Amino acid sequence: MSYLSIRNLSLRLKKGPALLRRVSLEVAAGEVRGLVGESGAGKSMIGKAVLGILPPAVEITGGEIFLDGVDLLRLAPRERRRKIGATAALIPQDPLTALNPSHRIGPQITDRLVDILGWTRAKAEARAVELLAEVQIADPARVLRQYPHELSGGMRQRILIASAFAAEPRLIVADEPTTALDVTVQKQILRLIAGMQARHGTALLFVTHDLGVVSKVCQRLSVLYSGMVVEDATVADFFAAPKHPYSAALLAATPRYTDPSAGLNPVPEAVIAAVRAEVAAFDKAHHG
Amino acid sequence: MADLYQVENLRLSLADMTQRRAFGPATQVEILKGLSFTLPRGSVTGIVGGSGSGKSTLGRALVRLLAPSSGAIRFDGVDLAHMTEAQLRPLRRRFQMIFQDPMSSLNPRHRIATLIAEPLRLHRFDAIPARVARALDQVGLGSAYANRFPHELSGGQRQRVGIARAIALEPDFILADEIVSGLDVSSQAQVLNLLERLVAELGLTLAFISHDLSVIRRLCQRTLVLQHGRIVEDRPTADLFAAPEADYTRALLEAIPLPDPSQPWV
Amino acid sequence: MLDGRSLTRRRAGARLWLSGLWLGALCLAAIFAPWIAPKDPLAQDLFSGRLPPVWVHGADPGFLLGTDSLGRDVLSRILYGARIALTVAVVAGSVTCLIGATLGLVAGFLRGWVDMVVSRLIDIWMAFPPVLFSILLIAVLGPGLFSIILAIVVIDWTRFARVIRAEAMAQGAMDYVASARVAGRGRIGTMLREILPNVLPTITVLLTLEMGIAVIVEAILSFVNLSISTDFPTWGGMIAEGRTSVHQAWWVLVFPLVTLFLTVLAFSQLGEGLKDRFDPVLR
Repeated sequence: MSYLSIRNLSLRLKKGPALLRRVSLEVAAGEVRGLVGESGAGKSMIGKAVLGILPPAVEITGGEIFLDGVDLLRLAPRERRRKIGATAALIPQDPLTALNPSHRIGPQITDRLVDILGWTRAKAEARAVELLAEVQIADPARVLRQYPHELSGGMRQRILIASAFAAEPRLIVADEPTTALDVTVQKQILRLIAGMQARHGTALLFVTHDLGVVSKVCQRLSVLYSGMVVEDATVADFFAAPKHPYSAALLAATPRYTDPSAGLNPVPEAVIAAVRAEVAAFDKAHHG
Repeated sequence: MADLYQVENLRLSLADMTQRRAFGPATQVEILKGLSFTLPRGSVTGIVGGSGSGKSTLGRALVRLLAPSSGAIRFDGVDLAHMTEAQLRPLRRRFQMIFQDPMSSLNPRHRIATLIAEPLRLHRFDAIPARVARALDQVGLGSAYANRFPHELSGGQRQRVGIARAIALEPDFILADEIVSGLDVSSQAQVLNLLERLVAELGLTLAFISHDLSVIRRLCQRTLVLQHGRIVEDRPTADLFAAPEADYTRALLEAIPLPDPSQPWV
Repeated sequence: MLDGRSLTRRRAGARLWLSGLWLGALCLAAIFAPWIAPKDPLAQDLFSGRLPPVWVHGADPGFLLGTDSLGRDVLSRILYGARIALTVAVVAGSVTCLIGATLGLVAGFLRGWVDMVVSRLIDIWMAFPPVLFSILLIAVLGPGLFSIILAIVVIDWTRFARVIRAEAMAQGAMDYVASARVAGRGRIGTMLREILPNVLPTITVLLTLEMGIAVIVEAILSFVNLSISTDFPTWGGMIAEGRTSVHQAWWVLVFPLVTLFLTVLAFSQLGEGLKDRFDPVLR
C-alpha cells in the first residue's frame, strides 16, 4: 500500500479555470516521486493540496488524497490539520523567506515539537542538535543561537531540511528546494535530502522544473501539463524512452553540456498544440 | 581594432552592507580584484561563476552602471572607467544591457511600445515607430504586443521585449545578465535561439553572464570563469568543457545535474 | 491570483463610487451653498431656538435638521461649513503633498548630500510636538483660513517626505532604473519618468488621507476657537457649540459630527479606490 495515494484530484480557481485535472499518483514509503512541468502546470498545487496549504482562491472540486490510508479530504479541518501535522512536512522553496528573521534558529526548530507535538523542551533541543549534525552543520549548538541573517543561503536550506525531518514525518513535500541556490550548493543539498530520505525511509514528493535533478534524486516521476498528468513512469524508463510526445519534448529541451548539439531545443509548436487539444478533449469529456 | 573591450586590472569596491558602522563612512569590500581580459568584436563570451563571484558586478562595470575604483575599461579604444555620467551619455547607446528579471527591468507602468521607443527618443533616432515595429518583429513578437503592459506577457515574452529594447538602439555590445535563469526550459531554448540568431545577423558583441554552464556551452565561443572576484579560467568554451583546468570549473561542471539516471546522487 | 485581483477590483469600484458620490455632493453643496441653503446660516431667531429635525415631534418643517440654541438652521450651517472644510482640505492637502512629495522623491532618488539634508530636516521637524507647534503658529499669525492652511502644511509635509523617500529608494533599486540609465537617460529624467509613476499611487493615497486629516485639523482648531472668526459657520465650531447643549438638542452636535466623519472616511476610501483602479499592475 502506498503511503500517499492521490486519486482523481481536481482543483480550480474559484469560479475560474481548472488548475489540476483528475491527477492520480502514488508515493510508497521510502520512495521519491518527482513532479515536473513548466511554470503554471500545477505541480506545486499538488504538494500544497496534500499539505492543506492551498491558497484561499483555490478550491478542490473532486478526488481523494489518502495519507497513510486515511482520506484527508473527508476529515474535519481540525482532524486533517492534526493528521498532516503528525505525519507530513514541507521543505520550502526560498530559504530566505522561510525562516523568521526576528527569531533565533533554535526555537524555529523546537517550538513546533514542544507546542504541537508535546515534547519536553530538553528533548526537542537535543533532537535539534542531533538533526543539525545530521545535515552536516558544524557546531550545531552555536548555530541554534544564531539568527537567520547570520547564515548563508545553503546553511539556511540545511536548517529547513533538518526542521522538516524533526518530527520524523512519514511524508515530505519538497517544493523546488534548490532553485534559489548555486549549482554546487544545489548538489550538496540534493544529496543531503536524498540521503536523509533514504535513511529515514520517508516518502518524498519532489516538485521541480528540472528534469536533470529528477534523474539524480527520484525513482518515479509524473510529468504535468496544464494540470494534467501526461506521463507517470519510473525514472529509468522515462529517461530511456519517454512515452508522451510532450514529455519527450521537455526532455529534449533540458540542457546537457556534454553534447552541445543536444538539449535546449524549444518544445515544438505541434507538440504544444497536440497536448492542448488533449487538455481540451479532457475538459469536454468531464464537463459535458 | 580587433577588440571591442580591453579590460585591464579592473578593481571595484562596494559599501559592505553586512557591516554597518554607526559613525564614519561605510566599510568597503572589494568585489573585483584586478581583472584583465579582452572581448573581440563579434565574439560571444560567457561569464560564469557562483553567487558572490562578482560576475554581475563585472557586467555592470562593463556598461558603467558601476564605477570601478581603479583599472581601465577601454571600449573601442576609449577608457570608460573614470568618465563622468555626462561624458558617458553620448556613448551609452553603443553598449546595452539585458537584465535578469524582465519584470523588474521593464517599468510596469509603461506599455511595450513606449518601453522600446523611450531609449530611441533619448538618443534622438528618427522614424521611431518604424524602428519599434522592426525591433518587435526581430524578436518574434508581433505588433499586437505593442500596446500591452509588461505584466500581461509571459516570462519569455518579457525577456524578448528586453532584447528588442536593447537591439533597437543598434548597439555594438550587449551584456546579457542571467537572462534565461527565470524561464522554463522551453522558453530558455527559444530565447537562446533568438539571441544566437540576432548576434549573428547584427554582428553584435555579446557578453553572457550565467551560473548555468549548459547554457554557456550552447551559446558562447569563449568562457571566463569567475571565483571570488578573480578570473580563474579564460579559454575557448570547447576546451574548457573538454578539460577544465581550475578546480572550481571542475566543481561547477560536476555539480550540473545531467538528465541521466545512471549515476544517482545518493 | 486572478481571483483576488477581481475581488479587490469589485470592492474598489463600490468604494470609489460611494466616496466619490459623497465628496461630489459635498463639493456641489459648498459651491452652491448660497442658492441651496434653505436659510441664512447666520440668521438668529431666539424664538425658534433648539427646534428638532422635521421627523421629531414639535419640529418646524422649515428647518429640516432643526436649529441650534440661537435658532440658526443646522442644515444651512452644515452646507456653508463645507466651504471652509473643503477649501482647507484641497489647498492644504495639495500644498503639503507638493512640498513633501517633491522633497521625498528628490532625497530618496538622488541620495547623497541631498538626502542627508532632507532627512536631517525631517528628523528635526518631527521632534517638535505638532499640536503645540500649530497652536503656537496660529497664536503668532493670528487665526484665519490662511493660518490654518499654513499650519497644516508646515506640520504635515514630513508625512509625505518620509514615505515617498522610502518608496523612491525602493524603486531606485529596481532594474528598470538601471535599464533607463543604460538607455542613456539622465538622473532627473529617470526620476520623473521611471520613479514618479511608480510612487504616484502612494502619493494619491497619502494626498487623500491628508485631505481627510486637514478636515479634522480644521475642525479641531475651530473646536478650540483657533480657526476663523466665529461668525462664519464651521463644522468644528458647530460641534463645539452642540456639545454644550447635547442633552437638550442632540441634533446640533450629531449632524455636523456625522458629516465630518463621513467626509474624512470618504477621503481615505477615495484614495484606496483610486489606487486600486489606476494601478496598471493591479488592473
